[in-house]
Amino acid sequence: MKVLPYGDRGLLVELADTDAVVRCVALIRSGPATSGLVADVVPGARTVLVVARAGVPIDLLRAVVPDEKDLMCGESPGHQGPPPAEVVIPVRYDGPDLERVAGLTGLTEAEVVAAHTGTPWRVAFGGFAPGFAYLVGGDPRLQVPRREQPRTTVPAGAVGLAGEFSGIYPRSSPGGWQLVGRTDRALWDLDRDPPALLGAGVTVRFEEVP
Amino acid sequence: MSAPVGLVVRAVGGGPCLVQDAGRPGHAAIGVGVGGAADRASYELGNRLVGNAPGAAAVEVVLGGLEVEATVHVTVCVTGAPAPLHLDGRPEPSGAVLTLRPGQRLRLGVPASGLRSFLAIRGGVAVAAVLGSRSRDTLAQLGPAPLAPGDRLALGDAATGEVLVDAVPPASYDDRPVLRVVRGPRDGWVRDVERLVTTTWRIGSSSDRVGLRLEGGGLDPVPARGELPSEGALRGAIQVSPDGRPVVFGPDHPVTGGYPVVGVVIDADTDRLAQLRPGDELGFRWV
Repeated sequence: MKVLPYGDRGLLVELADTDAVVRCVALIRSGPATSGLVADVVPGARTVLVVARAGVPIDLLRAVVPDEKDLMCGESPGHQGPPPAEVVIPVRYDGPDLERVAGLTGLTEAEVVAAHTGTPWRVAFGGFAPGFAYLVGGDPRLQVPRREQPRTTVPAGAVGLAGEFSGIYPRSSPGGWQLVGRTDRALWDLDRDPPALLGAGVTVRFEEVP
Repeated sequence: MSAPVGLVVRAVGGGPCLVQDAGRPGHAAIGVGVGGAADRASYELGNRLVGNAPGAAAVEVVLGGLEVEATVHVTVCVTGAPAPLHLDGRPEPSGAVLTLRPGQRLRLGVPASGLRSFLAIRGGVAVAAVLGSRSRDTLAQLGPAPLAPGDRLALGDAATGEVLVDAVPPASYDDRPVLRVVRGPRDGWVRDVERLVTTTWRIGSSSDRVGLRLEGGGLDPVPARGELPSEGALRGAIQVSPDGRPVVFGPDHPVTGGYPVVGVVIDADTDRLAQLRPGDELGFRWV
């Protein structure tokens, strides 16, 4: 674990993997000093950016960064209490990159679909756009690189793969993930509380629909 | 519960006129950034001058052009880029606290320097808050739409203090600023990070609230480093794309970014970034 300065209001905590990121975020959020010192906690794939409230010196912010040994233990505070909600996402697996993903993974298209629907995924963190969730814990055979040329427009509801992650585009935007399918579920709805369908810790199961 | 209308928009200029407040911090985990007034000091000054509580919504105006008509008595003040003001055609000093009578029109001209003026309105602009903020996030497309002629701005209840001064000296942005930068965290992803502080940069024309594109030079990315896993970003972060061009993140920057950040402008100096026009020059120095 390494802590790097990020301007005069942020600390970037470098971690080994996404599991450590999820534990680190949970520990910071539940820390006693956090509400007074921290304006926001921004999870990334291998990092957590801790942002100080206005006027809080960066040295004080170091107090909210967990010790490395606390990040090693398997259980995070987020795992206590009721089990996380499960959301089922119906997907039409007709994405423009399905064939490419099959080629990259050595699976048939049907096996890609079976792998994507066969294992529950979990929301590691949000980012990129309102309602976008980085999903982890899926079938490890599905790890593929991002597209070399990002698309200028990806339609809302597109289901993609990139690296260890799967994700769903909440609205039309540019994007570089490999698209395997599409869903009609609304990922972001301001009339809903909370507006994001996939909050941190939620379990996601993909279900194939014709 | 409908708030009284105070101002009607009669004209907007070439740049967007956006409702802005102190932003919506704390929602990064659902992909929503802080946003808010691009030049926070000018925005806060305007609210203080009209006796508003901190966080009241104001109008951020790019290069003037906004014209509003009062429907009731409304007290306003323009801070930030010193837009020349005309009240029913009569010049008024920028930075003056003005009370408009019903039917009077206030027009903001093109400022002599700087980019963004803030029209603070006593009471604040009353529009529905989204996730605790009335600010327009241009990247996430959250908050009130850009103002258009015919829009009616209702007055809020943020007037908690007295109007204590009747004018402040207008700001000026004629200098070539040298902004303070903390090196890193990804300075090792370019071969020549020192060029960040030795180059005279120029603001590119496709700059906006998401980011300022810097022209006049470039950095040399280390090709073998591959792809950086997405990580959190802040306003003021200087990100270098694979072609070596730096972009400085503005208030509506993406919550996470995939290109290396080689330096971060200190928070206090990011307000000055918000006043740079395309073609303006700037430098950086390490702190």
